[in-house]
Amino acid sequence: MTPGTIGAMAVERAIPGTLVFDGEVARRGYALNAMCFSLNTDVNRSEFLADESAYMQRFELTAAQRDAVARRDVLAMLEAGGNIYYLAKLAGVWGLGVQDVGAQQTGVTVEEFKRRLVEAGR
Amino acid sequence: MATIVGGLGTSHVPAIANAISKGLHDDPYWQPFFAGYPPVRRWLERIEPDVAVVFYNDHGLNFFLDAMPTFAIGAADVYRSDDEGWGIGTVAPFDGFAELSWHVIEHVVQAGFDPTTCQQMRVDHGFWIPMELFWPERPAGLRVVPIHVNTVQHPLPSAARCESFGAAVGEAIRAWPGSERVVLIGSGGLSHQLEGERAGFINRDFDAVCFDALVSSNRRAITKHSIVELVELAGSQGVEVINWLAMRGALGGDVVEVHRSYHIPISNTAAGLLAVEPLSVPA
Repeated sequence: MTPGTIGAMAVERAIPGTLVFDGEVARRGYALNAMCFSLNTDVNRSEFLADESAYMQRFELTAAQRDAVARRDVLAMLEAGGNIYYLAKLAGVWGLGVQDVGAQQTGVTVEEFKRRLVEAGR
Repeated sequence: MATIVGGLGTSHVPAIANAISKGLHDDPYWQPFFAGYPPVRRWLERIEPDVAVVFYNDHGLNFFLDAMPTFAIGAADVYRSDDEGWGIGTVAPFDGFAELSWHVIEHVVQAGFDPTTCQQMRVDHGFWIPMELFWPERPAGLRVVPIHVNTVQHPLPSAARCESFGAAVGEAIRAWPGSERVVLIGSGGLSHQLEGERAGFINRDFDAVCFDALVSSNRRAITKHSIVELVELAGSQGVEVINWLAMRGALGGDVVEVHRSYHIPISNTAAGLLAVEPLSVPA
C-alpha cells in the first residue's frame, strides 16, 4: 500500500502489508464491495460472468476499481477500497481460492505460498 | 436456573466445510486438524448441552456495509444458511430459542450494551462450521442463539469490550428461569491474514498467549491490546479471536481446560480448538 491510500487508523500505527478497513477505506470501496456482495446469488454470478463490464457499470465502480477487476489485481482492488471478505466472493466466481489470492498478493507461486504456510507450522 | 456447562473456541475456515462434505477427515492434510474434535465431541456428549450460544462474525451473508451492527443478537425461531457466493454449501436449518434471545437482549441492554435485534438472520459459515464440527449429527432439541460481532468494518469493538459484552450475556443466561444446559462457542481465528502483502501471516507465539489467557482467570494478555495491535499480532482476520473473548467473558470465573489443539495450516489459518469447563458444573 502506498502512503495516503491507507486508512486513518493504519496511519496512526502502520502495519506493513496490512490494510485496516476503516471508514475512509470503506467509503472509497463501497461500490466495489457492493458488487462483490451481490455475487451471493447465482443469477448475479451468471450475469457478472456474461458481461463483467456491464455488471461493473451497473454498480458504478470507479475507474480504478474497474481496472483492478479487469486485471484480476487483488492488491489494486484493496487499494481501491475492496475488503477481502467480499473480494473472496469475487475470486470464487473466477474459481480462485484464498491461497491463490494470497500467492498473487505476495508475488509467489501458489505452491510456494502453501509451502510457506506449512513451514510456519514447523 | 439455566446452567452454563462449558465453553468452546474453534476456527471456522470455509475450506473446512468443503472438507467435511467431501469426507476428507483421514486425508493427510486434514487428519491433524480433524483429530482434535472427537475428544471434544465425547465431552459434549457427557455435559449434554441443549442450547448453544454462538459468538461469531458474519462475512457478508446477512450483513453488508450498508448497515453493520457492532453486536447483533438473533431472536428468531429458526436460522438458515444460504449461498455465500464462493462455493461452500448450506446445512440444515437451526432451531432458535427466541424466548432466551429476548431475555438476553433485555439483560444486556440493562447492562449498558446496545445490540441490534434480529428476528430474521441468515447464518453464515462463521456460525455453522463450529456447529458442524461439534455436532456432525445434530442432536434433536439442540437450540441456538447466534450473536454476531463485527470483525469487518473498523472500528471493531475492543477485546475488553467483547469480554464485558460476553459477561453480560453470561449473566443473562444464568438468570434465565429455565433448566437448560448452555454451552458457549467463540468462532474464528486463530492467527491469519488473507489480504495485502502480509497475506499468510501466522503468529504461533501470540496464539499460545491467547490460549493461556483464555484458560486463566484473567485475559489481560489479550485485552490490554487495542484492535489495531491485535491486527498486528494476530493478522487482519486473526482479530476474530475477539469472539473467543466474548465466549470466555460469558463463562466468567475460573475454568478447567478440557482440551486444546492447534494446527498450522488449514488454508491460510492457524487452526485452534479449545474446550473449557466451569470449575464446578452441577450434575
